[in-house]
Amino acid sequence: MIRWLLLALGGAFLGGVVHLATVLILPRTATQDAYSRLASIAPVNSVVPLPSPTPEQAPMPFMDPAFASAVCRYDLSQGPMKFTVPVSLAYTSVSFYTRYDVAYYAINDRAAGRRVIELNLMTVEQHNQIPEDEEITAADRLIVESPTLTGLIAIRALAPEPGLMPMAQSAIAAAKCVRADEPR
Amino acid sequence: MRLLLGSLFAFFVAAVVGLGATYLALSRGAAFGPLTIGSWTAWPKTGTPDADPYARASIARNGRLPMALGDGVSFTASSDDKGRPLDGRCDVVVGGVTPAARFWTVTLYTRDGELVANSVNRYGFTSQEIVRHADGSFEILVTPRASPGNWLPTGGVERYVLWLRLYDTAVGVSTKAGREVPMPSVAVRSCP
Repeated sequence: MIRWLLLALGGAFLGGVVHLATVLILPRTATQDAYSRLASIAPVNSVVPLPSPTPEQAPMPFMDPAFASAVCRYDLSQGPMKFTVPVSLAYTSVSFYTRYDVAYYAINDRAAGRRVIELNLMTVEQHNQIPEDEEITAADRLIVESPTLTGLIAIRALAPEPGLMPMAQSAIAAAKCVRADEPR
Repeated sequence: MRLLLGSLFAFFVAAVVGLGATYLALSRGAAFGPLTIGSWTAWPKTGTPDADPYARASIARNGRLPMALGDGVSFTASSDDKGRPLDGRCDVVVGGVTPAARFWTVTLYTRDGELVANSVNRYGFTSQEIVRHADGSFEILVTPRASPGNWLPTGGVERYVLWLRLYDTAVGVSTKAGREVPMPSVAVRSCP
């Protein structure tokens, strides 16, 4: 009897290890996470508008139906990216996610303080390679450091009333997400 | 033989305990540092690079993109102020005021994060379209039947969750529940 109790105790302890291991591994093995869902509809390094969620169909669960949204799935292995989006009338935000859907940065129209949100996206190494003097000229541009080579930029514009949705969508449609060394 | 049986038993216990705990933790969306005010709960840290492994795992599992903290904070409510789960066949009143934010939205989802079909194609309200009382407070009627005022249809689903998203707000990781963060109450008015 004591033998079985000890075995059960040992099993429960091992179960704790299994629990922690599965929680840690899950993000790397998930096939239905947001990045994987969007990978099939969003080509690399371009802005793709997402359809508004409906009861029948939504690109992702728990999307806010009051927002027009678009994503840019980026890959920095070829070099830094340049991102611009004009702000819409109500509220515009740009959020950055790693490959594993962790939000690492976000900015909204008021924080950007201009008619257009403009940023440069690069990895930490690419940022370190920029010569010092160039960094000063680039100071009027916001530099965002990505912790991973690939990831997602989510662009969202609020339609305060349903009738204003086309306005929000057109603001999002003008977003650009291109390699920094490509001509404009 | 005894050793084999014994170790099989131990591994079986390990699998049940380990996978069971993972399943339970993820289906409840457990993570560290919840901010609970009334029936509303938010995990502000989930929208930052400091998100804990539980938050990361549950995000990966349900496939949503979390709201970045620089964008805002999302509160969810799946039960009323008395702790009863929200039932789409009941008349529920969400009323009061929200913490300061440039915009907010209230949205109704099934527990899986789908919108609920209804005759007026209304899935939520934004802070701009809501009709308010003279003192700035509001009342949203979450019911299956058409009602005057701010009617949010439930479509008669059995269980639903409400999401209150605050955009461009000071509510965040360091916020403590208190008077500076008044959240709307969630009360059942009647139930058939």
